[in-house]
Amino acid sequence: MQMTIGVIYAVLFWAATLVLVLGVANKIRIYAKVPAPLKIPTTPAPVTQGGVVIRMMQEVFLFKSLFRSDKLLWALGFLFHYAMLLIVIRHFRYVQEPIWGFVQFMQPFGKYAGFLFIIGLLGLLARRLFIDRVRYISAPSDIAMLLLLIMIGISGLLMSFVSHTDIVMVKAFFRGLITFDWQPLPTDGLLLLHLGLVAILMLIFPISKLLHAPGIFFSPTRNQVDNPREKRHVAPWAEELEKQNKMFLDELD
Amino acid sequence: MADYDVPEITGEDGIVDVPALQPDAMKSHGPWVSKPEFQDAMHFPTDFNMPEDVSAYGNTDTLVENWKERALDKMADLKGRYRSLQVFLDICVKCGACTDKCHYYLGTTDPKNMPVARQDLLRKVYRRYFTFAGKFFGKMGMPGFVGAAELDEDVVKDWYNYYHQCSQCRRCSVFCPYGIDTAEISMAAREILDHIGMGQKYCTEIMGKLNKIGNNLGLPEAALADTLEGLEEDIYDETGVEVKLPLDKKGAEILLITPSADFFAEPHVDGLMGYAKVFHELGLDWTLSSYASEGANFGMFIGSYENMRKISLRIRKAAQDLGVKRIVFGECGHAWRVAYSFLNTLAGPFDFLDQNYPIPQHVLEITEPALAAGKLNIDKSKNDDMVLTFHDSCNIARGSRMGAKPGGQFDIPRNVIRAVCNNFVDMPADTIHDATFCCGGGGGILTDDLMDIRIKGAQPRMEALKHVTDKHQVTHMAAICAICKSQFTKVVPYYGFSMDMIVSVHQLVSNAIFLTGQLTEEEIEAKEAAEEAEWAAAREKAAAEKAAKESEEAEKETSDK
Ligand code: SF4
Ligand code: SF4
Repeated sequence: MQMTIGVIYAVLFWAATLVLVLGVANKIRIYAKVPAPLKIPTTPAPVTQGGVVIRMMQEVFLFKSLFRSDKLLWALGFLFHYAMLLIVIRHFRYVQEPIWGFVQFMQPFGKYAGFLFIIGLLGLLARRLFIDRVRYISAPSDIAMLLLLIMIGISGLLMSFVSHTDIVMVKAFFRGLITFDWQPLPTDGLLLLHLGLVAILMLIFPISKLLHAPGIFFSPTRNQVDNPREKRHVAPWAEELEKQNKMFLDELD
Repeated sequence: MADYDVPEITGEDGIVDVPALQPDAMKSHGPWVSKPEFQDAMHFPTDFNMPEDVSAYGNTDTLVENWKERALDKMADLKGRYRSLQVFLDICVKCGACTDKCHYYLGTTDPKNMPVARQDLLRKVYRRYFTFAGKFFGKMGMPGFVGAAELDEDVVKDWYNYYHQCSQCRRCSVFCPYGIDTAEISMAAREILDHIGMGQKYCTEIMGKLNKIGNNLGLPEAALADTLEGLEEDIYDETGVEVKLPLDKKGAEILLITPSADFFAEPHVDGLMGYAKVFHELGLDWTLSSYASEGANFGMFIGSYENMRKISLRIRKAAQDLGVKRIVFGECGHAWRVAYSFLNTLAGPFDFLDQNYPIPQHVLEITEPALAAGKLNIDKSKNDDMVLTFHDSCNIARGSRMGAKPGGQFDIPRNVIRAVCNNFVDMPADTIHDATFCCGGGGGILTDDLMDIRIKGAQPRMEALKHVTDKHQVTHMAAICAICKSQFTKVVPYYGFSMDMIVSVHQLVSNAIFLTGQLTEEEIEAKEAAEEAEWAAAREKAAAEKAAKESEEAEKETSDK
């Protein structure tokens, strides 16, 4: 039984990883390929590439624009994302051998971050349900995604603090995944739920709004240098108009 | 003034409270649709017929054959050419941070005027036809689960209506954690609408005039020359100095491109006289062009790169034909965004111009350093009858820059105002600089058939203005955009202000500047009196001569008898 489950979950995780990696890679390829024909940074914007890197870092790590627009949302989002980061770091111990000192050090923080993770998510869910504007713009999938994350968090916390699973076997399973080696998995309901939900999260990543993670780096209003007068910026399709001396794209050869 | 439902303003803290949603508060047929002849000139499809009655406008009667397929094709085309569109359609997390940032939402309470909801009108179609999730749940008959929707006529009606309730002011993009700019979505949506027979009359008609005559007003060369002459006379009468406003002067150093409203509208024209005085005083050799007598470029509003480029190329041609060395832009918001951010892309490279100056340059980038260096003789007290505040134009604030430093677009106009006026007060921080609110008339909305949205969209700015007029004795608001000036002069009376309170920044410069050789007020009075006396004497003389002649004739007659 444990072997059968191990095989099923191994296939599931390999597939989910493949979808995640290829799907996101494909999206990144598209974002990189589609040109930005005009200079549209939201100004005031940095006038150097170095400045753009700083601007982007402030957005990615500090959610700077969000801080300006909505302090409560910023706090909840910050809590949720950084708690998730700690949790992910903590989970390295289930695949690493030997475990890095840093991951060891982060272990207790990662463990209790689970609670902050849930608090942040519940706050985000409450916003969706109780603020009329946010309720209006929420699709069922937006709520479903929060529920998915909340369930991942709760099942994880239950395993950490209430009903432990056979963690040695779990670790062997994940190390086996890396070397394409079938390993058994405990037939523990909580664990299977937790892992199944994580696989779903991986599967929907490239086809959902979770693309905001890679996408922000391609956002022209944030990643462009404000130097249109100094440096001419022309997209390939627009250059074609110039080369062929035409006004409209449908006149091109 | 026609009857409109005008939002109430209190002036308390200058900030509009976020209202509760009122679905469909602004549901309407949208602005007037564009006729096939206008569309033709813009190179858009024309295989549709106009409805008989205006009330049917925007009701999809004008849709072309196979409109659905053609709309989706256009969407596919655009998302393959604009990274902004492709990325923004994908990455919105529906966090809602932008929902209370749009002046049209604040002023109308219609949920579809929340930036993210406005984007979703297009995004739900993108989701349905171009993403796995949308196709999958669409096939299962529940596209709504993932925020997708079928493309039908109701969706198109919403597009037409609500994408013409967006002034492309970019305020939402400042506050979005990913910089999602609804203006980009709006522009794409209008480009799609133009390709399925639902263009907007106001924008396309105006661009047609520009392409034919050279400016949005359709003001021909002779009339323009007359107008400029009239302005020269006005300045002469007022100062006794012959300040020129040259037109098509070959070999001039500077080509001035300014919105055509500067030629006739108030208070725009006072700004134009201000630029002329500054150029005169600095000894700059400049000219206007009749071929490129328009600063505004409505191609941006409809998201048409091709039409925007076509209009921009007129400026290049005028500069080359006249043999100028520099291009300078007058006070206009959208014009300056296109000029600053896009002109080099659309109509460059400008290797034939003097590379020692920014290309193009804003007139404030000339006036401000000149004032700072004391090159202009200024009497600030001439503006003492006013307490000023300044409205940051959205497209200048968030889509361009002035000077070398980021944020120069906020400091430079303020420096100029402070250099020529004694009394200046800023409006509340959340309503200025890059958080400024659009005037309510930008982005192709400045048309009478959209008065309702224009009035309501002005509410956040009016609230801030009311605050400084009530609490800080502000009497006038200066602007540096032709659309802002036109919109405000029309809309402020609905909020209980006088239209004269709107002034151009260069109008303030014009008031305060004392030209070399300028006559003082007494001298002008004396001059006028002398002229008057001369006239009177001449009249008397003529009358006396006439009388003498008459009596002579009478005498002759009697002697003849
Ligand atoms: S702030 Fe940005 S991510 Fe959030 S809902 Fe608005 S557009 Fe979407
Ligand atoms: S660009 Fe301006 S008008 Fe358009 S949705 Fe954003 S805030 Fe509103």
